[in-house]
Amino acid sequence: MRRIAGLLLLAAGPVLVLGVLFVLPVTGMVAEGFFVDGRFAPGAVLEVLARPRVHRVAWFTVWTSGAATLFSVVLGLPAAYALHRLALPGRAAVRAALLVPFVLPTVVVGVAFRQLLGEGGPLGFLDLDGTPVAIVCGLVFFNVAVVVRTVGVAWESLDPRPGQAAAALGASPWQVLRTVTLPALRPAIVGAASIVFLFCATAFGIVLTLGGVRYATVETEIYLLTTTIFDLQAAAALSVLQIVVVVGLLALAARLRATPDPTAHRTATPARAVRRGDAPVVVATLLVLGAMLLPILTLVAGSLTVGDGWGLDNYRALTTAGDNQALLVPVTSALVTSLRTAVDATWMALLVGVVVSLVVTRRSHSVAERRVRSTLDGFFMLPLGVSAVTLGFGFLITLDQPPLDLRDSALLVPMAQALVALPLVVRTLTPVLGGIDDRQRQAAASLGASAWRTLLTVDLPVVWKPMLAASGFAFAASLGEFGATSFLARDDDPTLPVVIFRLIGHPGEMNYGMALAASVVLAAATAAVMVAVERLRVPGVGAF
Amino acid sequence: MLHVRVRAALVTALTASALTACSLAGGGGDDAPSATESASSGATQAGGTVVLATHESFALPKKLVRDFEEGTGYSLEVRAAGDAGTLATKLSLTADNPIADAAFGIDNTFASRPLGEGAFDEVTTTTTPPEEYALAEGGDRLVPVDSASVCVNVDTAWFEREGIEPPRTLADLTDPAYADLFVTPGASTSSPGMAFFLATVAEHGDGWRDYWTDLLANGAKVVDGWEDAYYGDFTAASETGTRPVVVSYDSSPAFTVEGGRTTTEALLDTCFRQVEYAGVLAGADNPDGAAALVDWMLSDEVQSALPESMYVFPVMPGATVPDDWARFAPQPTEPYEVSPEEIAANREQWLTEWTDVVSR
Repeated sequence: MRRIAGLLLLAAGPVLVLGVLFVLPVTGMVAEGFFVDGRFAPGAVLEVLARPRVHRVAWFTVWTSGAATLFSVVLGLPAAYALHRLALPGRAAVRAALLVPFVLPTVVVGVAFRQLLGEGGPLGFLDLDGTPVAIVCGLVFFNVAVVVRTVGVAWESLDPRPGQAAAALGASPWQVLRTVTLPALRPAIVGAASIVFLFCATAFGIVLTLGGVRYATVETEIYLLTTTIFDLQAAAALSVLQIVVVVGLLALAARLRATPDPTAHRTATPARAVRRGDAPVVVATLLVLGAMLLPILTLVAGSLTVGDGWGLDNYRALTTAGDNQALLVPVTSALVTSLRTAVDATWMALLVGVVVSLVVTRRSHSVAERRVRSTLDGFFMLPLGVSAVTLGFGFLITLDQPPLDLRDSALLVPMAQALVALPLVVRTLTPVLGGIDDRQRQAAASLGASAWRTLLTVDLPVVWKPMLAASGFAFAASLGEFGATSFLARDDDPTLPVVIFRLIGHPGEMNYGMALAASVVLAAATAAVMVAVERLRVPGVGAF
Repeated sequence: MLHVRVRAALVTALTASALTACSLAGGGGDDAPSATESASSGATQAGGTVVLATHESFALPKKLVRDFEEGTGYSLEVRAAGDAGTLATKLSLTADNPIADAAFGIDNTFASRPLGEGAFDEVTTTTTPPEEYALAEGGDRLVPVDSASVCVNVDTAWFEREGIEPPRTLADLTDPAYADLFVTPGASTSSPGMAFFLATVAEHGDGWRDYWTDLLANGAKVVDGWEDAYYGDFTAASETGTRPVVVSYDSSPAFTVEGGRTTTEALLDTCFRQVEYAGVLAGADNPDGAAALVDWMLSDEVQSALPESMYVFPVMPGATVPDDWARFAPQPTEPYEVSPEEIAANREQWLTEWTDVVSR
């Protein structure tokens, strides 16, 4: 009991943060639908769930997200191996580049995809424009990076010796992979997959853009019901459905993830030279890269197109207010705002994320304790699985009274972005922390080390690299975040994605080209930040 | 080993401090003075701050805003977020504790929602905008500021090249001669898409379902937003576009001017007029400032700035429009109309049925 009390005390901070910034707003918004003229009327909400359209929308969401998750994992695993275990030339740059899609504004990627797949585009003959296949492709494009990162970092710190031992005993590489490596990676793979699934299930812009109006997911439906139709009961019904499904999925993921083998030693294995046998993995990685590059190249080509020729005019225009004064703030200052906002979102997500990860990965001493930990673990994943629209409007109607009048706070945007990034941080850190042998902590404690001292000498050396990766991830997520930002941002200080959206929504010869150029700048800025994070990984740290 | 760790810790510490220096919270250097500055200037002038809630397309030249602040003693704070629908929902949900003092950007397709929730107070302006833009219900609370018509646009250069007469009316769009040439944003996902849908409702009444069935049978393409339709499919604006007929605005031809003539044309018999309104929010902290702001939006300076800043036409007769607009962007004289009351009563039903027709 005492341990559980201590656990809850440590968890109190993050729980409070999430309670105020997530549970309260979502509850408030859902309640709008349940109360009609001040009276509690759940009947109407439940009736909504019986509509055939709701069933269609729910099923479409589940199968497209499931397919996209499957493809992201299948395509991401070889790349994770090749980029994190093999000494491929330029792999740091490639790893950084892989994160680029993750930050591109969906509206821009949507246009790039449509230029590729549309009737007159180079892949127009495939006739994919406006089909579910296009939606799944778009989702995979955005999410492969999550798998490569999360699994790659775990793979990097995986002890190679059990695999070597199996090989020495005559196991084929395939057998080693199936019986030794994959089981050891299971927590990381399941963690990545559950995050990708949640991202896909709540994807918004990409579904609207690539699916046209023919296909609706729960997320787009909630948006339409709330903003266009103002049917708050139906929106509340779908929000509740979404939360129930997400909670179920998280419970399933927690089971699949299981506890990692406590005897597994985490080491930082130096990347090894590429051998002939690695050819399939390298080729697969190159193919994934190529597929990712195609829409990005379309973008870059578009940004360099001026009239009938090529030129840098669109880039030169980035310091201006655009054609017909489309912008109040030039792209260059929006970039600065974006970077500063991302710094705030990153430290917030990291601060909360590290505490959460520590809490949920400490070894449990009783069934009750393990339950509490896994409930907490799932709780912090929830923001990913809940509609941004519900959350955004919820902010407005619940955080409007002192002492919690956050509606006008300058930190509201970073806070919302940190909430988006938090699960990424937690999912990157937990597999690594979970892999530390608890006996090391016990040994440290028995030698007289305080809890802090144990943390510094046992946990920090191992978790230091993944923490950098996580912060890079959070930073990237924040840079590219558009949904919550466009909803909460103030006009005088827009972020880069907001400005890009504004440019693309305004007619004018240069504005579209500028939007593409600004997207390329956003992508380049992200890649640069990620390269810096890669550089910071001091070799040798993490080994012990 | 220890050496490496110390170095690593140093790197982290340095990076962390460098990063906090450029964050919003840590590096408040830029923000803090401006905040106190505006607070103190608000204190010395009687007016204080007036907060304007609006949609993401709001833009006015900085010089005009300064003139307003110097002329009235109020300092203006603009909070723009989301599209017109999001704005309408925000105002409706926060009717008892408004997010601002005044609001601008509610149009005739969304006006009934915040009006019904009691989001606006009555307002009197010193100048009276023309009667034709006034709302039948709520005209005392929402003041018309600008108008823009959504019209079918054609790529005249394309039609010249192909030697085909471009379409003229909504009925023409179902003519097999124009099969597979038309693209429109969806009514459920886009505000111009909704306006075009309302034009078809005004033309056909309950017969709109048959019209849309014919339209789709004739190869009409429905995409998500105006950006998609215009930049993704319209031949005059997209490298890879294959469709020379698109739903856009009456002002769009002013943006496709090449060598002294425009390459596109808005079909003035296909237009639905959107009027945008401004008003004072009920329960505003600064109702006087809000009223002054609404007045200012009707001034000649702001009205004349509207075309270049927000791509819309002014409502006040005294305002001037740019030469390009006067030459290339004539406004429809008899646009289609559906009353806000009728829209309010049927919006949900229409959109549900429309989605059914389109996704078949």
